[in-house]
Amino acid sequence: MANRKRIVKELSDVTRSPPPGTRVQLLDESDVHIWEVLMDGPPESVYVGGHFKIKVTLPTDYPFKPPLLSFTTKIYHPNVSNDDKGSMCLGMLRSDEWKPANRISAAIEMARNLLIAPNADDAVEVSIADQFKNDRAEFEKIAKDWTKRYAGKA
Amino acid sequence: MDSDDEINSVQSSEDDFMDDEDSLGEDFDAVEEPDDFGFSQDKDIKPRKQAYEVDFKVWGPGQIQDQQDKQVEEVSAVIGQPTESTAILLRHARWNKERLIESYMDKRDEVLESSGLSEDKEGSASITKADDFMCDICCEDGKDLDTFAMKCGHRFCVNCYRTYLASKIRDEGEAARIKCPGEGCERIVDSKSLKLLVTEDLKDRYHELLTRTYVDDMNNLKWCPAPDCTYAVECGVKQKDLTKIVPTVTCSCGHHFCFGCSLNDHQPAPCMLVKKWMKKCEDDSETANWISANTKECPKCHSTIEKNGGCNHMTCRKCRHEFCWMCMGVWSEHGTSWYNCNRYEEKSGSDARDAQAKSRQSLERYLHYYNRYANHEQSAKLDKDIYLKTEKKMTQLQSSSNMSWIEVQFLQEASQALQQCRQTLKWTYAFAYYLARNNLTEIFEDNQKDLEMAVENLSEMFEKSTDQLAGLKVEMLDKTSYCKRRRIILLNDTAENLKSGMILIIPNS
Ligand SMILES: [Zn+2]
Ligand SMILES: [Zn+2]
Ligand SMILES: [Zn+2]
Ligand SMILES: [Zn+2]
Repeated sequence: MANRKRIVKELSDVTRSPPPGTRVQLLDESDVHIWEVLMDGPPESVYVGGHFKIKVTLPTDYPFKPPLLSFTTKIYHPNVSNDDKGSMCLGMLRSDEWKPANRISAAIEMARNLLIAPNADDAVEVSIADQFKNDRAEFEKIAKDWTKRYAGKA
Repeated sequence: MDSDDEINSVQSSEDDFMDDEDSLGEDFDAVEEPDDFGFSQDKDIKPRKQAYEVDFKVWGPGQIQDQQDKQVEEVSAVIGQPTESTAILLRHARWNKERLIESYMDKRDEVLESSGLSEDKEGSASITKADDFMCDICCEDGKDLDTFAMKCGHRFCVNCYRTYLASKIRDEGEAARIKCPGEGCERIVDSKSLKLLVTEDLKDRYHELLTRTYVDDMNNLKWCPAPDCTYAVECGVKQKDLTKIVPTVTCSCGHHFCFGCSLNDHQPAPCMLVKKWMKKCEDDSETANWISANTKECPKCHSTIEKNGGCNHMTCRKCRHEFCWMCMGVWSEHGTSWYNCNRYEEKSGSDARDAQAKSRQSLERYLHYYNRYANHEQSAKLDKDIYLKTEKKMTQLQSSSNMSWIEVQFLQEASQALQQCRQTLKWTYAFAYYLARNNLTEIFEDNQKDLEMAVENLSEMFEKSTDQLAGLKVEMLDKTSYCKRRRIILLNDTAENLKSGMILIIPNS
């Protein structure tokens, strides 16, 4: 596969110096197209104390198509779909905005920044976004509660 | 600049609108070159325009190309650039001729540079080998690797550049505004670079897409959204007029669509209400789901009743009770002045004092309209199914008896009228949901009721057996033209009132 060299390089770079608060590994050693990211809830966010698993799937035509990010740990967040997919798809993760020179580590960092500062104007979960904008206290309460309930164990 | 203004001022004032009405006509005439494309005769053939209709013109692919070439030639003569470069400049300027000419006269070098046309050779488009190079995309390196970079200096191997462009052109349908593959780089890949890099097999697709962008960039042109249709429609209605006009156009392929939002014909409801309504329906889909289900209980004996035709006049198989599928009321009341199935009766204010009662009331109100909206949509489908079945039977009848094909055509006409009227009715309910009550709403509801009754009467005829149908031709033709007439009356009345601002929309409903 033509993109193997690139993926292997990215993987070794990101395992050597991962974005802060994250660890990256292959879900299955034999498949470089599926990564697992373990992300600690950033200290400055409502998700602090939680440990989130994110599955990163690289399409066959990666890096010409963006990686797919999905939270396998349930999370209460306007930019993460509240279903069994837990997908996050905005900014550089959209195929019209993704550039083949972008790196997965940048995508992971973006996900982490979104935990700190959700983007309510570009939400998949509109009702959570509304709550985030209009009733921040309630949003934080639920987000913390879910973090405790679903993301408690490392 | 122009287009920004238009989008920002959707809520235009009355005066604004009147001004624009004048310029609308002008705009339209201005592009209509006499005798050029043979459209001039069409106007004489068309029947007099109704209040709800707008002027429009359909362009074929060849004509769009001609239009484009003409503009290029015109601008090329003014700025003294060859046509190839002028085309690049125009695409870059999103076909805004005036702005391009003005800025070209003002700052020629800057304009050429930003379109990738600058004349100095340095760093400009060519394929070279580079020392000490590693491609950031595939991570290959080596002195022998062919590489390419635009003036921004983001250099990649030619293979990767090509794959990138191919994926943009083939998968995403981009052509005129593909960005440099470099991280965060906004530079547009200019046509010269594209020419150098795009492989033979993609050239046709690339040129097709360039024509696409031409239409996309023109405010008065829209592609027909019907699948595989290659026509574009020209219409002078502007974004800001859309609160007062519902510009439905008909493509030469037969597809009716809204020029404002490209959705299927949604007259009489204006685009922004359609958008609001669809969003609301999506958000409330779970609450409303049970309503549109295909089975209900007979209000009298509670046995399950399934709906299989479009007609809303139901008769329970078990107890023979006749009722209306929409309001579940007794059917006999529907043919008389008692009919008020379409009207939502507001409960008196005292009932709704506490928040809970209020929210229940607002849900009930929504469901009233949603129920009818969804029902007409569903009924249109069922009408069509039953028509197709009937048609099949009629074809059999035709071959076994001596009836000619012409003699069964009335069925098709009736079916088409039903489809169109139900489509209109469907949107009258979405529209009515947002209407503030005044004396005009009553007229609107009366029109709606008249059309609805006409439609149900016609729809009911389709449930007759095939041998009966043949004898009902005259009656069916009558009912068909009556339906069409009621629809035109409703659309005309509503269009006039919408235009004059007499129809009021409930704020933030
Ligand atoms: Zn490369
Ligand atoms: Zn660049
Ligand atoms: Zn068409
Ligand atoms: Zn529209």
